[in-house]
Amino acid sequence: MVAEQLQVESTPLSNSPPPALVEPIADWQPRHLLDVDSLSKQEVLQVLSTASAMTEVLDRPIARTPALRGVTMFNLFYEASTRTRSSFELAGKILGADVINVSGSGSSVEKGESLVDTLRTLSAVGADAVVMRHPASGAPWLAAQTIDAHIVNAGDGQHAHPTQALLDAFILTREFGDLSGRRVVIVGDILHSRVARSNLWTLTTLGAAVTVVAPRSLLPSAMADAAAEREHPLALPSVAVMSDLDEAIVDADAVMALRIQRERMQGSLLPSAAEYAQRYQLTPERVERAAPHAIVMHPQPMNEGVEIDAAVAQGAQSRIAAQVTAGLAVRMAVLFLLIRGGS
Amino acid sequence: MSSILIRGGRVIDPACGVDERVDLLVVDGRIAELGIGLASPAGSELLNAEGLVVAPGFVDLHTHLREPGQEQKETIASGARAAARGGFTTVCAMPNTDPAIDSAPMIEAVLQRAHGADCRVLPIAAVSVGRRGRELAELAALREAGAVAVSDDGDAVADAALARRALEYLSDLDIPLAEHCEDPAISQGGVMHDGAVSARLGLRGQPATAELSIVQRDIALAEAAGARLHCCHISTASAWQAISDAKSRGLCVTAEVTPHHLYLTHDAVAGSSDLLAYDTNAKVNPPLRTEADVAACVAALASGVADAVATDHAPHAAVDKHCEFDAAAFGIAGLESAWPVVNSLVDAGRLTLSDAIERMTIGPTRAWQLDRGELNGLGTLSVGAPADIAVLATDSTSIVDPGTWASMGKNTPLAGRELVGAVVATISQGRLVHQDTSFEQVGSIHDSRS
Repeated sequence: MVAEQLQVESTPLSNSPPPALVEPIADWQPRHLLDVDSLSKQEVLQVLSTASAMTEVLDRPIARTPALRGVTMFNLFYEASTRTRSSFELAGKILGADVINVSGSGSSVEKGESLVDTLRTLSAVGADAVVMRHPASGAPWLAAQTIDAHIVNAGDGQHAHPTQALLDAFILTREFGDLSGRRVVIVGDILHSRVARSNLWTLTTLGAAVTVVAPRSLLPSAMADAAAEREHPLALPSVAVMSDLDEAIVDADAVMALRIQRERMQGSLLPSAAEYAQRYQLTPERVERAAPHAIVMHPQPMNEGVEIDAAVAQGAQSRIAAQVTAGLAVRMAVLFLLIRGGS
Repeated sequence: MSSILIRGGRVIDPACGVDERVDLLVVDGRIAELGIGLASPAGSELLNAEGLVVAPGFVDLHTHLREPGQEQKETIASGARAAARGGFTTVCAMPNTDPAIDSAPMIEAVLQRAHGADCRVLPIAAVSVGRRGRELAELAALREAGAVAVSDDGDAVADAALARRALEYLSDLDIPLAEHCEDPAISQGGVMHDGAVSARLGLRGQPATAELSIVQRDIALAEAAGARLHCCHISTASAWQAISDAKSRGLCVTAEVTPHHLYLTHDAVAGSSDLLAYDTNAKVNPPLRTEADVAACVAALASGVADAVATDHAPHAAVDKHCEFDAAAFGIAGLESAWPVVNSLVDAGRLTLSDAIERMTIGPTRAWQLDRGELNGLGTLSVGAPADIAVLATDSTSIVDPGTWASMGKNTPLAGRELVGAVVATISQGRLVHQDTSFEQVGSIHDSRS
């Protein structure tokens, strides 16, 4: 059904009147993508199948479709981003939306304008959708409570990065089909990682067995200890927690390394980059301990030589470049479903 | 002569061991007489307290009145009105104003501005100059001017050397150090309790150890100095254990617990509906903690390890809360919901009514020895005591609606919750400062001359 709606725009540069709006996707309900916790397995799979249809659009000689023609979409980024911002921008443009970029620098934000006022301004100029990245966890909730536009979370603080998790799920399901019983190892700074948090949700929703590997200082305390806290109704999904990567990686189907931020490598969280690399770097030797068909992933930007060895990042098992490409299709799918879904 | 006769109420005065149905007569700002079938003097106001509880007016050891400098959040006048509506007749005002209350003239200015307000305001002074945690403020002069305690509340006295010297210096001044027990080196900018909910929401957490660290340090320093230590707004089971141990060793350590730490867990940050929210009204310092911590707070209150319920009333303007969770101000406005929260625990059988009233009246009074000089009898209904009286309903339910509050701060995660209990009338220093006209008894208040 989705594919039928992604009609080829025959003359993308012509001034002919826009075609009639595409039919709404009746079986898709969410208006916003604030997190992935609230997505059902059905909804995750719907995003992934829509993303597959989007890859067909991307394979066309002229990768354009008017599915979101007439939609005004703002990219509101309060943090630096290359991949996420450019792929959202491109996703909107490919689907025919008018895309406007607003960043923290060079806007009224620099004059001290509050997030609430900025959002009201975007709403007043007719934003239909706001894709936002913000250093404060939960900022997209504030946006969804403040204005009527569709809100897409492109990364909030240490909380969630929904489209990253969905594109990772896209790569994994393309590789393995059903993820039931597949073992995915996530290694690195779980405490500060919105990528890890969101992946825990989508991967467990899709049936994968997840193991997180980190030193205790980089784990949320509730995940590391206190059984009562792990049973809390609001707790993160139950996953295996290990500190020894050599042990955890054995027979894994996929290994995901997380970026270690430079400022975490000094001070009290970690002794040094060298010691981190020694214990947690994805090296060829370690990857060999995984299943022979195992794939290696990284959300980027990478510190080659710290959390991942260059040979692994560029090796045959790496899907890191494919993750970027998948990101475009997944973001097209998300925008399309949120804006054209529902009744 | 002005007089008020309160008829037919159940008078509960824990300090005097009174719990009986008697009339109570107030004359010229003092409790004049208790007894059955008291006659009303000519010209006296009558208050029918049938079916209601008559208790000493509540004493709050921890209130933020925001004046001077933050009058957009609260003023002494509006805070005192809120106190009166909450049954509080004495509030101790924290010095984290702008500028901080760290000099004798500022104490005098607060007392002057509070003159004639709807409750008695007792100022607390900063421990350190400007609350900056570096040099001691003039503690003896502050006490002389009327400070009932010293505190850098909002922050702990983080520097152990300063905490040690402050306690030593206070040891012969006979006022306590009211410590905000949070080690900033451990809490490191955390915005909620470090636990399952912070992990889920991706919010930086304050571990329970941040509280325990300062409690243990200060107990050791206070013991060595022979000084009085008061632990503000204790929120964790482990800190209650440490305080209980110190008390059983006979140390001069007192502690308070807030209504919100008695009632809410960190779940409140995630909102009350199925969808997650980031409820900035539940952002408070110390943070709302786990169910086990809430149980420990209630147990401490029931056993008396917690000497007092203190509101930590922290009013904020709407704009301070309508923003990103990280950017939102810490604090819950609590004067007008304190009694319904505490009484709901009584209603649930977690606490006796008498103990609840004790912890809101004579408990805090004794903790800080506030009943000195002309305040002799404070926190009691004994004859000759200041006529500070709360008339309470213990079984009527109501939905918390900050829109109806006198406080300028409407920030509470309790909004919309149903609680049991109400403050029907408040008499402060012999003056009827609050009456809830939705109670029929109040409708019968009249001047007998008319």
